[in-house]
Amino acid sequence: MKMTQVAVIGAGPAGLAAAIEVARAGGLVTVIDENARPGGQLFKQIHKFFGSREHRAGVRGFHIGEQLLAETERLGVEVLLDSPVYALFPDRTVGYVHGGREIFLKAEKIVIAAGAAENPLAFPGSTLPGVMGAGAAQTMINVHRVLPGKKVLMIGSGNVGLIVAYQLMQAGADVAALIEAATQIGGYGVHAAKIRRAGVPIHLSHTVKRALGKDHVESVEIVALDSHWQPVAGSEKILGVDTVCVAVGLTPLTELAWLMGCEFAFVPGLGGHVPKHDLNMETTVPGVFIAGDISGVEEASTAMEEGRLAGTACAEALGLLDGQKALELKTVIRERMNALRTGPFGEGRRRAKECLIGLSLEGQA
Amino acid sequence: MKSGIKYTGIPSEEELRASPGAPSRERLEQGPVAFIECVQDIPCNPCEEACPFGAITVGEPITNLPELHGDKCTGCGVCIAQCPGLAIFKVHLHYTETTSLVEFPYEYYPLPRKGDRVPCGDRQGKYVADGRVVSVKNAKAHDGTAVVGVEVPKACYLEVRTICRKEWSRHG
Amino acid sequence: MRVEKHPILGDDRRKRDAAIIVDGDRVEAITGEPIAAALLAAGIRKFRVTPRFGSPRGLFCGIGRCTDCVMTVDGRPNVRTCVTPVKDGMVVETQAGLGAWADES
Repeated sequence: MKMTQVAVIGAGPAGLAAAIEVARAGGLVTVIDENARPGGQLFKQIHKFFGSREHRAGVRGFHIGEQLLAETERLGVEVLLDSPVYALFPDRTVGYVHGGREIFLKAEKIVIAAGAAENPLAFPGSTLPGVMGAGAAQTMINVHRVLPGKKVLMIGSGNVGLIVAYQLMQAGADVAALIEAATQIGGYGVHAAKIRRAGVPIHLSHTVKRALGKDHVESVEIVALDSHWQPVAGSEKILGVDTVCVAVGLTPLTELAWLMGCEFAFVPGLGGHVPKHDLNMETTVPGVFIAGDISGVEEASTAMEEGRLAGTACAEALGLLDGQKALELKTVIRERMNALRTGPFGEGRRRAKECLIGLSLEGQA
Repeated sequence: MKSGIKYTGIPSEEELRASPGAPSRERLEQGPVAFIECVQDIPCNPCEEACPFGAITVGEPITNLPELHGDKCTGCGVCIAQCPGLAIFKVHLHYTETTSLVEFPYEYYPLPRKGDRVPCGDRQGKYVADGRVVSVKNAKAHDGTAVVGVEVPKACYLEVRTICRKEWSRHG
Repeated sequence: MRVEKHPILGDDRRKRDAAIIVDGDRVEAITGEPIAAALLAAGIRKFRVTPRFGSPRGLFCGIGRCTDCVMTVDGRPNVRTCVTPVKDGMVVETQAGLGAWADES
C-alpha cells in the first residue's frame, strides 16, 4: 500500500496551504483532488483580494493560486489529480479512484479540505437550462472563457452574487438586475458599488417568482416581498433574461468528515453542520484535521490561514516541529486569521467560529 | 427607499461627509487629490502601503476606514489601482477654468483611448455628461485595473465616477 | 459564446483544436475543456430531458455534484459534462431519461 505522512484531501486554497506547511517542516505530504486541475475555486477568482500584505491583499485570486502551485512544486508536494476520495478508514487509510481503479493510501494524519457547494434555490422554472449556480457561471466565464448567457438576473447580494455579477459584465454579458430577499445588501458595499456604477439595479426585498421558457430560460418574473417575506400582489415584474444565477450561500462538503465519525455542530453562521474542531483545526477524531470551507464557509484568504494552521499542527504532531517553534508559527497564523475576522462582516464569523471551537473543547473536558 | 451603501450600493452624501477618506472642500480647491469612497469597516489596507507619501493611513485593526491626509496627498493617483474594492478616485476640481478632471478605475473591455469622447456616468451608472479621456494608465503594477482620467464640465466633479460602459461600447 | 477578449485575463489564444459531434452536428471545441463549456460556447443549453416529464435540464452546479448536466458520451450514458474533458471526435448526445448503453441496444 502507498504510504504518506499527511494526506490532504482537496487541492484548493486550504489544502494547498496545509500541504505547503507540512512540506516546509520536512514532512511527506500527498494532496488528492477529484478535479483535473489543482487550485480549487481560486482560478475563477479574478478579482483582487482584500486583507493586508500578509494575506496577499491586492493580488488577484488566480495569481494567488499560481503562487501556491509554484510553492507546492518547489517543495516537492505530491498532488494527485482526477482522484475522487470515496472512503476513509479508521486507521487513516484513504481510498480514492483514479483511472477507474481504486487505490489506497495509508496516512499518519489526514487534512480534509473538501470545500463547499453552492446552495440551490427552488422556484417554478428553476430546473430550466439557464438557471445555474453563480459559481458555475463564474467558472465558465473565468476558467473556461465561455459565456453561459447574454443577459443575466443575479439572485443574492452576498459577495459571491456581487462579484460574479461584476465579472459577468467583464466577460461581456449584461446583468439586468440583482435581487435580494433581505432588506439590505449582504456583501461588501464596495463590490455593490462596482455593479451600481455599471448601471445594474439592486432590488432589495425582492425574490424570484418563476423562470419562464420552453427549452431554456427566456424570461424571469420577480416580485417584491413585504416585511413578513410574503410576495406583494401586483408587484410582479418580468425581466427579459436568458440566464438566472443563484448566489444564495454555500454548504460545507462534509461527507468525508461524517464518514470518519467526526462529531458535528450545527452553526448556521458557518453554513450548517460543520465538524467540531479545536484551535489546531483537529476534529474530534484524533489525527483528522479540517481546513477551509468544510469548517465553516468563509473567504479563500481565511481558508489559506486555516490550511496553514492545520498543516503546522500536523507537522507538530508528527514531531517535525518542536512545540516552541510550532507555537510561534501558529500564533502568527492565528493573528493573521483574526485580522480577517474583524469588523461588521467578520465579527459574526469570528463569534460562530469561537462557538464551534468552544463546543469542541467542551467535549474534550 | 433608505439611502446608504447597505441599501443602495452607493455611499450616501452623509456617509461620504463622515468618511475620513473624502477630502475637504478646501483641499479640493487646492489641487488634485485622492477621493476614497470606502465607508464600511472591512479588513483591508493595501491603500495605506500604496501611497508613497504616507497620505493614507489605516492602522490597526485593519478594519479601520482609510484616512486621507490632504496635506500629504499630491494627487498622484497611484492608490487608485491598488484598491481591491475599486473605491478610490482622484478629483482635480480646477483642471481648467471650466472643467474638472476625474480619474477612476476601469476594468472592462474595451478600454477607451486618450482623446475619446465618452459618456460619463455617476455612482449608479446614470449619464451625467460627455467627457474627454485625457489619460489611460494601465501599468503592469496595476494588474489589469486601468485608471481612466476624464475631463468633464466643472459642475459634475462630485458626480462623475465612471464611463457609461454599455452606451459607450455600443458606439465603439 | 466564447470570451475572446477580457480586461483582466487578456486575449484567449487557445486553438480550437478539436471537434465533437453533438446530436450529429459538428461542434468546434478545445481539447481538455469540459464538454459543457464547448456546448455553451456553441449556444447549446439543453443537455438532457428528464425520464418522466421530458423536461429540459442543463448546466447547474459546474463542479460535478448535481448531475443535472449528464449526457450520453461515446455511447456511455450519465456522463457529467461539466467535469468531463473534451477529446477530439467525441460523440455527444442529448440524453433522454436515464439513457441507454450503446452496447445494450
